[in-house]
Amino acid sequence: MSDATPDQARDAADAVYRTESRRVLATLIRLLGDFDLAEEALHDAFTAAVERWPRDGVPANPRAWLVSTGRFKAIDALRRRARFDRSVSELALRLEADSAVPALGETDAVEDDRLRLIFTCCHPALPADARIALTLREVCGLTTEEIARAFLTSPPTLAQRIVRAKAKIRDAGIPYQVPERTDLPGRLDSVLHVVYLVFNEGYSASSGTALTRHDLSQEAIRLGRLLLELLPEPEAMGLLALMLLHESRRATRTSAAGELVLLADQDRSRWDQGLIAEGAALVERALASRRFGPYTLQAAIAAVHVQAASAEATDWAQIVGLYDVLLRADPSPIIELNRAVALAMRDGAAAGLALVDAILARGDLSDYHLAHAARADLCRRLGKAGEARTSYARALALARQEPERRFLERRLAELGAGP
Amino acid sequence: MKYLCLIYDEEQKLDGMSPTESDAFMGEYFAFTEAIRDSGHYIGGEALQSAQTATTVRVRNARLSATDGPFAETKEQLGGFYLIEARDLNDAIQVAAKIPSARLGCVEVRPIMNFEQTG
Repeated sequence: MSDATPDQARDAADAVYRTESRRVLATLIRLLGDFDLAEEALHDAFTAAVERWPRDGVPANPRAWLVSTGRFKAIDALRRRARFDRSVSELALRLEADSAVPALGETDAVEDDRLRLIFTCCHPALPADARIALTLREVCGLTTEEIARAFLTSPPTLAQRIVRAKAKIRDAGIPYQVPERTDLPGRLDSVLHVVYLVFNEGYSASSGTALTRHDLSQEAIRLGRLLLELLPEPEAMGLLALMLLHESRRATRTSAAGELVLLADQDRSRWDQGLIAEGAALVERALASRRFGPYTLQAAIAAVHVQAASAEATDWAQIVGLYDVLLRADPSPIIELNRAVALAMRDGAAAGLALVDAILARGDLSDYHLAHAARADLCRRLGKAGEARTSYARALALARQEPERRFLERRLAELGAGP
Repeated sequence: MKYLCLIYDEEQKLDGMSPTESDAFMGEYFAFTEAIRDSGHYIGGEALQSAQTATTVRVRNARLSATDGPFAETKEQLGGFYLIEARDLNDAIQVAAKIPSARLGCVEVRPIMNFEQTG
């Protein structure tokens, strides 16, 4: 025990809570086999720390102290409950007798627990919205209120989603473990997808008045860093790179008045060079592995964009080439659309328009506002004002986000009433 | 834990198989059943007659009604089941993925309620 003053000990408990609470929780879930029991134990352990550390001093290994205190508190709580329920009493006995508790402070075991927690929260058997909510709650430690605010839902709805997900983990027997090697690629996809959705919701909010919700992007990047640290897989590298490269442009994506600024018009001198360098280095590492996938390819495209001195100086041929590879790895109409826009920059607007029209004719993206906005822009560049107006109007009818709507309205106004 | 694997098939697809294809498909089922007996997962399992043979029974206000069906909107019909013992959901998913119909239709994996533990 150290001889810190009570104030210092209280500060130490606060600091440990901020840095260690998610690690302690992840280990307690494994030891106790139950999310709710572990959360209660975590809470009790920190309450005990705030009481005892100012009096007894801060323990040499605070994390180990918290895990062991939490475990004893849980056994106590179970014993109290056991008076009413025989099955609980068996659980308390089993926990007490459990010789499988690893030496506390073993870093590997603790890091494995964090990975177990991530894979469990992102298990594909859970509904997609529940995976996101559970990951932000359990892995990132956000409160239910914070998550509800970020996703524009009510706290009771969100709390319900989390309760149901935990019930499914328990009742369906979703194990608290890192998937086996053979299952890893599929299961890692599910984890990366959750991180990507959180980032996207923060980077390009699907509805509402603000274009971006910064906090969610920050959480997603933190998650991406954690994941890469725990599991250095190429696609985890690619996803983190993609997020960092997008993030590098955040400040320039909206004007001071909150209006949308297109990539070509953004002030490149204000892009975050630190994030760009980090992202570009990760892309290179991921590509060098030769086991990369769609996230790495998207990151590679983003890297070409942010490393160009201007929109005109962008290496559009390379971007089209990367989209070709991406389409083979992950065929999707949205990627086709993006490729068409890049191709318009390489070969001219008419070539791009032919591709966009072909995609729209298939009906895949007829309700996607950006497909119509892209068509409108190509028509505008070709001097087809009437067709541009029709497509901008269609995009406007489908767009849900205020800054995007105002952008489309401005473009429509610039085209004038027309003939 | 015990899980029920409910097998949903497109009956039209199965009916459309040639005798050779159909025999091969049944052969896969026999081999699968044998394999999960050997691995200790198997508790029980049956194939069902076609959904056309189904009868739905309800009692409302103490009156029995028996009707033809059910005829769901979906193309896939319940065609059989396995009751298995698995370590956890991941293990059950691995078993379900090897059921031959998982390739043609789908398999719903449901944990069996354990009344002793949920008391």
